[in-house]
Amino acid sequence: MTLPAIPSGAYLIVGAILFAIGAIGVLTRRNAIVVFMSVELMLNSVNISLITFSRFLNSIDGVLFVFFVMAVAAAEAAVGLAIFVQLYRTQKTIHVDEVRLMKW
Amino acid sequence: MFAQNISIAFEWLVFLGTAFVAIFASILMVTRKNPIHSALFLILTFLCTAVLFFLLQSPFIAIVQVLVYAGAIMMLIIFVIMLLDLEEELLIPLKISFSKTVGVFIVLLMMLGLFFAVWGGARGPSAGYTPEKVSHLGSVRVVGKLLFTDYLLPFEIISVLLIAAIVGAIVLAKQRPFEKE
Repeated sequence: MTLPAIPSGAYLIVGAILFAIGAIGVLTRRNAIVVFMSVELMLNSVNISLITFSRFLNSIDGVLFVFFVMAVAAAEAAVGLAIFVQLYRTQKTIHVDEVRLMKW
Repeated sequence: MFAQNISIAFEWLVFLGTAFVAIFASILMVTRKNPIHSALFLILTFLCTAVLFFLLQSPFIAIVQVLVYAGAIMMLIIFVIMLLDLEEELLIPLKISFSKTVGVFIVLLMMLGLFFAVWGGARGPSAGYTPEKVSHLGSVRVVGKLLFTDYLLPFEIISVLLIAAIVGAIVLAKQRPFEKE
């Protein structure tokens, strides 16, 4: 008898768990950089799901989507970290509860 | 038969190991108080994800994952953490408020919904790119060909987006002369 190969559901469940952990990080942490890292984790877990679908449906489109997601994440990292540096320069904090300049 | 069993068992072993390490490292990433520790655990998670991409037979994405995520983006994040002085941040205890509890509860509900959605696995019509065909043509060659034919417009838009991001980052990080205000 042969062992069953890894089903696609296993990869998708790993992606779902990582997405949930990232979302919990976004909701509970108040340090802006840790919130940002949690968002990166969520993007990454979505990439796992996209690659899984691309592999198990014999398509190459998922790989290209992941490619574009990574490019957007790189752009987001550059602009976001520049914003954090500027925020720290003017407000002396990156605690997201204390930054309410744009809140009305 | 036996050799096939051995290879599948090895695949299961690698999958379970990397999946547990990834989940455990991401939980530690969310719960550690020191941002540097969080960043290092996030790098571990990204490397485990790269191994998962190898198991899913897309080595190109696995290499890009290590280069772009674990290399470039995390290097940038660690650089910024070290640039900012966050010592007093470590003294503040993690507050557990009502809204946070509700948020975590809703996220856990969402996770159950996702489990329910993915229970049957990936279903749908199969496209033509079987793993044998892709490995025969070469993964990077197939991706590159599609990138410059069917996905040419998104590719160009991404290049414009990256240039805009570079210019934006430089403008934001430039030291403003505050005396002029």
